[in-house]
Amino acid sequence: MPDMNLVSLKTAVALPEIFIAAMASLILIVGLFLREDSRDRTCYWLSLLTLVATAALTFDGIVGSPISAFNGLFISDPMSALLKIAVCLISATVFVYSRQYNLDRDIFKSEYYVLGLFSVAGMMVMISADHLLTLYLGLELMSLCLYAMIAFYRDDKLAVESAMKYFVLGALASSILLYGMSLIYGLTGSLELGAISNTLSAIDQSNLALALAVVFVVVSLAFKLGVVPFHMWVPDVYQGAPTSTTAFMGSVPKIAAFAIIVRLLVGGLGELHEMWQQMLIILAILSVAVGNIIAIAQDNLKRMLAYSTISHMGFFLFGILSGTDAGYSASLFYVIIYATMSAAAFGLILCLSSKNNEYDKLSDLAGLSRRNPGLALLLLILMLSMAGIPPTAGFFAKLSVIQSLINAGLIWVAVTAVILAVIGAYYYLRVIKLAYFDSPVNETPVSARSDSKAVLTVNILLIVAILPWIGTLISICNDVIAGFGV
Amino acid sequence: MNPLDLENGLLSLLIWLPVIAGILILAVGSDQKATMVRGLSLGFSILVFLLSIPLYTLFDSSTAAMQFVEKASWIKAFNINYHLGVDGISMPLILLTTLITVIVIISGWQVITQRVAQYMAAFLIMEGIMIGVFASLDAILFYVFWESMLIPMFIIIGIWGGPNRIYATIKFFLYTLLGSLLMLVALLYLYNVSGNSFSILDFHQIKLGMNVQIMLFLAFFAAFAVKVPMFPVHTWLPDAHVEAPTGGSVILAAIMLKMGGYGFIRFNMPITPDASHELAWLMITLSLIAVVYIALIALVQQDMKKLIAYSSISHMGFVTLGLFIFNPQGVEGAMMQMISHGFISGALFLCVGVLYDRLHSRMIQTYGGIASTMPVFAGFMVLFAMANSGLPGTSGFVGEFLVILGAFQANPWFAIIASLTLIFGAAYTLWMIKRVIYGKVVNRDVLSLSDVNPREIIMLSILAAMVLIVGIWPNPILEVMHTSIENLLQHIAISKLP
Repeated sequence: MPDMNLVSLKTAVALPEIFIAAMASLILIVGLFLREDSRDRTCYWLSLLTLVATAALTFDGIVGSPISAFNGLFISDPMSALLKIAVCLISATVFVYSRQYNLDRDIFKSEYYVLGLFSVAGMMVMISADHLLTLYLGLELMSLCLYAMIAFYRDDKLAVESAMKYFVLGALASSILLYGMSLIYGLTGSLELGAISNTLSAIDQSNLALALAVVFVVVSLAFKLGVVPFHMWVPDVYQGAPTSTTAFMGSVPKIAAFAIIVRLLVGGLGELHEMWQQMLIILAILSVAVGNIIAIAQDNLKRMLAYSTISHMGFFLFGILSGTDAGYSASLFYVIIYATMSAAAFGLILCLSSKNNEYDKLSDLAGLSRRNPGLALLLLILMLSMAGIPPTAGFFAKLSVIQSLINAGLIWVAVTAVILAVIGAYYYLRVIKLAYFDSPVNETPVSARSDSKAVLTVNILLIVAILPWIGTLISICNDVIAGFGV
Repeated sequence: MNPLDLENGLLSLLIWLPVIAGILILAVGSDQKATMVRGLSLGFSILVFLLSIPLYTLFDSSTAAMQFVEKASWIKAFNINYHLGVDGISMPLILLTTLITVIVIISGWQVITQRVAQYMAAFLIMEGIMIGVFASLDAILFYVFWESMLIPMFIIIGIWGGPNRIYATIKFFLYTLLGSLLMLVALLYLYNVSGNSFSILDFHQIKLGMNVQIMLFLAFFAAFAVKVPMFPVHTWLPDAHVEAPTGGSVILAAIMLKMGGYGFIRFNMPITPDASHELAWLMITLSLIAVVYIALIALVQQDMKKLIAYSSISHMGFVTLGLFIFNPQGVEGAMMQMISHGFISGALFLCVGVLYDRLHSRMIQTYGGIASTMPVFAGFMVLFAMANSGLPGTSGFVGEFLVILGAFQANPWFAIIASLTLIFGAAYTLWMIKRVIYGKVVNRDVLSLSDVNPREIIMLSILAAMVLIVGIWPNPILEVMHTSIENLLQHIAISKLP
């Protein structure tokens, strides 16, 4: 029995997680004692403050060597610090976007933001998990809060339906993951990722049970990421959920998903790289192909962005499957840029929507450049970045992923990827076409709340303005992956 | 100012001054302040042109080395540098860009009345990006400029274009994007085999096997052949040209097409010399098809813009022909042809624009006999038409003559087929002139046409002067290119097979 006291557990390592969970509970309680009219607003501000403070608490961890805590359940390394900072800051951004939308729909409640905080806490646990149990715990904490955040808009039939759909499929994916984990446990006798990796190197890799375990793990991760052919829930849930929740679940969980993939596949099952590489190649190419082609047929903006997510997740897997440090670093860079863009895209819809208009149809965008030139310009930059056209950060994300593919000798995958990217460019261009080249249905200017518009402007301009310093961001990604020590 | 100081950072200034000016104009401009916007744009474009003149005057034409070099680390992780420099091949093209931009700004002066600030800003930003393409010595920097260029052009055609503009602009964008992305894969491949360098000059030195060279050649070909455009990937050009506003057509024809030729010179030939020799038959065949077959297509066009667009493809065939016969006359001819075509095609599009602004038709049959109502304009248009058909004394003659001369040395048949263009080119251009300028007045609107105003005279006379000066005395341009071209030919004569 290992020694169990606060010092040997090294509780301080998990300070950010403890802080955010405690604050979330505190906000929940504080909410009970506040007057009705000021309660939600206060809790909203407290939640924002908590997210920023958590990011600040995590900041120190970005340099230094990995520290294991809680007897190997939990690990804090530079990679986890970077991912947590990204999760907290992007969540805070999304919360700002959601305010007016939620107010209009009467879901601007303290509980909504508390659920968001708990979900972020779950993601942070996932990011720092060094053990299958912690990993699962974090994953479920995140997912359960997300289901509730979708169903929060309980007066809306579509929202409730998509919450159910997401819940059922999410639970199925979780059970598949558990099954895979139990097989791994049976084969290696350990739940600790480091120990699993060590034991696997001694096991005969043609073992059928091992292959099954890898298949189960990959399938469940594919479900959670929403890559083809396990993507069916993505468009429905993205469309049905209130846009404020879509913005949240469409951006930050992808960052946490990066952590779980790297820790589980690369850290734990790194010995079986060739086995899962083959599976990921198929999943990734299918995702990029199906996502990009079906997105063309969409007339709902949220649904189109859902298919765009599917294709982006395919691109994200390209980096992972190349199986090199450069590849993981490229994926990390990709996912951070993607989450930023995704938050901005849904943030833009949130900015445009009003009490009785969701503003989620593509035709709503027609002539936006005459109704609000500023937002139209932001939309232009964002779409070009999502399509991976320079001079935007989205291009550099694609560049580093394709570079890692070529570096790994997968040139045919790289060529397939770029050809599919051209198909993808079409539907992003169509959005620009609607906003810039088409005439508006009505000429009334659209306006947005100044606070969310300011954050949105910063968010999107960053995609271009970061260019002179983009090398630094890539270097940070390289450094933290090197620190991960695969 | 000390000339040495100017050399450091001159290229950066030329790239970023117009970009920043464009953003500034975008920020302050509105349609109420259109006059101010126009004035500012013209001011900035002239300033950039004046600043680009030292590139020529301070240029040392005795060396093939890169000049005005600037280098700073940009993305350390991938060893990507902010690396600029020009040689005798890129420098004249930069001057062409700065000059044509001034003319384009003048040409949109009265014509564009809606979203003036966005229009002017798009052209200024595009100017900076295009200079960046010619000045980049780092492959990723080049690629960033290369593809960014599509964005302003996409918007220019999409907003200010003709009725079918959306089809044309999306086709233009996707067509060029596909080619570019294949080039990106090639660049990344070269990065990996060169030991992690993105320097274009390093790429020139890598030893590569024949199969690899052929794959790389084809990847670069995808990007540059689309831009030139070569037969059979030329189909985006007539659409884009016809739908684009006059200014857009001018930039497309005068500068963007040159980037394809420039790409062949900078990438295909020196990086994959053996594949270039191996595939020269393909390049020459496609060039000759463009020269002859596209000229025949031009002959039957009813739309003046389409006719000039096809004429551009046919003339650009001379450029690729000249490059891939690998002798000094051919390559120098190709360069001269690029510069001269920049003036002539730009001028012809402006002429069509002048007519279109008056009668809102580009159809040949609308016009006829305008020499009687627009004598000054008729004079200009006839001059440019003569230049387009390669009349000696105009710039059109120099390039075509040199290329045919070079082709004769390589294989007389090439020269004979290429010479057919002197007949076809004269046929379609002069036939158009006959029907538009001369002949009977068939349309009563023609009688009420007013001749060119001072603004139009200014822009047309600048180009007319250039056409004549380069035609009569091409030496100043040939001199600056000579050493660089000699060096290029020596380089590609040496096999890079390992």
